[in-house]
Amino acid sequence: MPTRSAAGANPVLDLAPLLADPRTTIVVTCGSGGVGKTTTAAAMALWAADAGRNVAVLTIDPAKRLAQSLGLDELDNDPRRVDVPLASADGQLWAMMLDTRRTFDEMVSAHSTPERAQAILSNPFYQVISSSFSGTQEYMAMEKLATLAATNQFDLIVVDTPPSRSALDFLDAPQRLSSFMDGRMIKLLATPSRGVMKIVGAGFTLFSKAVTTVLGGQLLTDAAQFVQLFEDMFGGFRERAQATYELLRAPGTKFVVVSICEGDALREASYFTDRLRAEHMPLAGLILNRTHPPLADLAAGPAQLATDKLGDAAPLAAAVLDIHRQRLEVRAAELHMRGRFDRVHSDLPVVEVPALPSDAHDLPALREIGLRLTHGTSYRPAETG
Amino acid sequence: MSALPTPVAHPATDADAIEPSTAASTTEPWTGACRRARLHVITGKGGTGKTTVAAALALALATNGRRVLLVEVEERQGIARLFDVPPLPYQEKKVAVATGGGEVRALAVDVEAALLEYFEMFYNLGFAGRSLKKMGAVEFATTLAPGLRDVLLTGKVKETVTRIGSDNRPVYDEVVLDAPPTGRVVTFLGVTEAMSGLAKRGPIHSQAEGVVRLLHSPDTIVHLVTLLEDMPVTETLEAIEQLRAQSLPVGTIIVNAATSPQLPRASLDAAARGELDTDGLADALRAAGVEPTPAVLDGLREQATEHAIRVLDEQQCREQLAAAGLPMLELPRLVEGGDLGGVYELADRLAEQGVD
Repeated sequence: MPTRSAAGANPVLDLAPLLADPRTTIVVTCGSGGVGKTTTAAAMALWAADAGRNVAVLTIDPAKRLAQSLGLDELDNDPRRVDVPLASADGQLWAMMLDTRRTFDEMVSAHSTPERAQAILSNPFYQVISSSFSGTQEYMAMEKLATLAATNQFDLIVVDTPPSRSALDFLDAPQRLSSFMDGRMIKLLATPSRGVMKIVGAGFTLFSKAVTTVLGGQLLTDAAQFVQLFEDMFGGFRERAQATYELLRAPGTKFVVVSICEGDALREASYFTDRLRAEHMPLAGLILNRTHPPLADLAAGPAQLATDKLGDAAPLAAAVLDIHRQRLEVRAAELHMRGRFDRVHSDLPVVEVPALPSDAHDLPALREIGLRLTHGTSYRPAETG
Repeated sequence: MSALPTPVAHPATDADAIEPSTAASTTEPWTGACRRARLHVITGKGGTGKTTVAAALALALATNGRRVLLVEVEERQGIARLFDVPPLPYQEKKVAVATGGGEVRALAVDVEAALLEYFEMFYNLGFAGRSLKKMGAVEFATTLAPGLRDVLLTGKVKETVTRIGSDNRPVYDEVVLDAPPTGRVVTFLGVTEAMSGLAKRGPIHSQAEGVVRLLHSPDTIVHLVTLLEDMPVTETLEAIEQLRAQSLPVGTIIVNAATSPQLPRASLDAAARGELDTDGLADALRAAGVEPTPAVLDGLREQATEHAIRVLDEQQCREQLAAAGLPMLELPRLVEGGDLGGVYELADRLAEQGVD
């Protein structure tokens, strides 16, 4: 029987054995924006490095101070060793910040001749696609993960995913990008032939005219040239996307969904959970971040009574009790939200990470989060029910 | 649905509590420029409660019988979720009634629909338009030129702001736009730049010119929603700089989910260090029938320490924000935000701070 957590009925997500297990080679964190995904990824990486593993953490858009504490001052497409004393002499911690554009450039160069790569990289349309196609960042995060995994340089890679708006864009992006770039529409627009006309009818000429009016002829010419240049590489791309997808489903990979205990974030977490399961991705569980279990075992009623007894005589003591009653109220709301989630995903392992009072942007704070993630002893919520 | 149990509705009026900012406490945060504007653009880092604040602002503005349109452009259906109504079609729907008889209508702008609307207007595509949609032609066109997306969305917003009713008055007194997050808002509003990738003539081009005129006129004002946390504050300050560089009019900073200070100001530093002197606490607990064990006392003290650290950190964030020299509005953290009751509650808080 798995242990049941104090707060919910769900099994407890036990991250310590998972992160320490040599068979775990990739951990992917996903979740909506603002839930502390990057910090969680960094804390897990540091914990595993402290446990003696050689770990790389791939971050997408870390807060400036967090990046600095990991020794990352700028976008840098290769992992850099983080200069920090670790609990185990065998451990190593590496960190990198994803450079989307450079990852795309490197992928193009790896799949074509130097001349052709040069032509593609200087095509204005490529520049649009590689920087602002929605999903490019997600795609490149996974591409970089595959590249790093292939080097066999690390025991464990912890990867942060971009805060996708709703879908698991990193799963969809390769597919979307390839269907966009297989060039059907671009060819239609660049050279609308009679055969095409039969299919879509006269409306297409109008549409083509409208698009040309709106977008301008040059853009279409660039796009057509780009598709031509890209055609040969296309098979390689698709294969690679498929391989990455398989890597994500491999036994050494674990997904964790990160959320905070609020309606919108939990709705997204629920969606992620369903989607990952539908795709048969190895989902380890949910990290419920920044919760507020009370630290004092004192019910609201007696706390109120005590406040009344104090009257105006001891304002500080009264304030301390007020803070406690607020915390109980916040906690009740959290448990309510969590209960709703648990009912839907009753078999999903969950771990709660009580909130730190400050934003985590240094290594001691990351270590403290690591402890809380793995049920360390430095924190002691006084919750009994 | 309630705010945390604190007597501090507007901390600036409580002498004992921390003051939100010098700007907010000395001048009226809802300035003449804010009153004059008819298009309120709300942006903020993801996760700061941008949509909730936009909805609350729309409600606050809709008092006294005014009609306000709340617009979203991110295809997330955040408004429908907040107001607990079915997903919004590409139509303006009434979603709430404000005190004093005003109303809030909502519109979720859909890029495909907006593009086809334009094509219809100028090319009369008819049935072909729908089949093109099926083929993914619209997504194609907006992918080819990402700027086109923003031109279409802002174009639709401009249309709602400038629409005139049969009584020769604007249909909407005010329009509140739930805009893209801080990371993208400058590109979104920088329609001029987006047009550089587009044809130099044609209907959408002239449409875009109209948008640029509106956005740089006193009719428009941008507000930034932030939490009192490191990253949102940094992003807010960066966005303000970028908006100013584009000479886009910036109105207020709206601080969301602020912690209401419980401890007297003089005790904060000691409390943050864990050195709070809680004389009488043990006695009071005992009198209330609770045995004040060391564990209970330590737990209570630790919670007070966390609270104090949080309040001091937030105050530091306020000081950083004050450097932008903008008026600030402040909203409390609600225990259970994100629903309709919360929106009304926050609208009241805005009204208390002079928003009308």
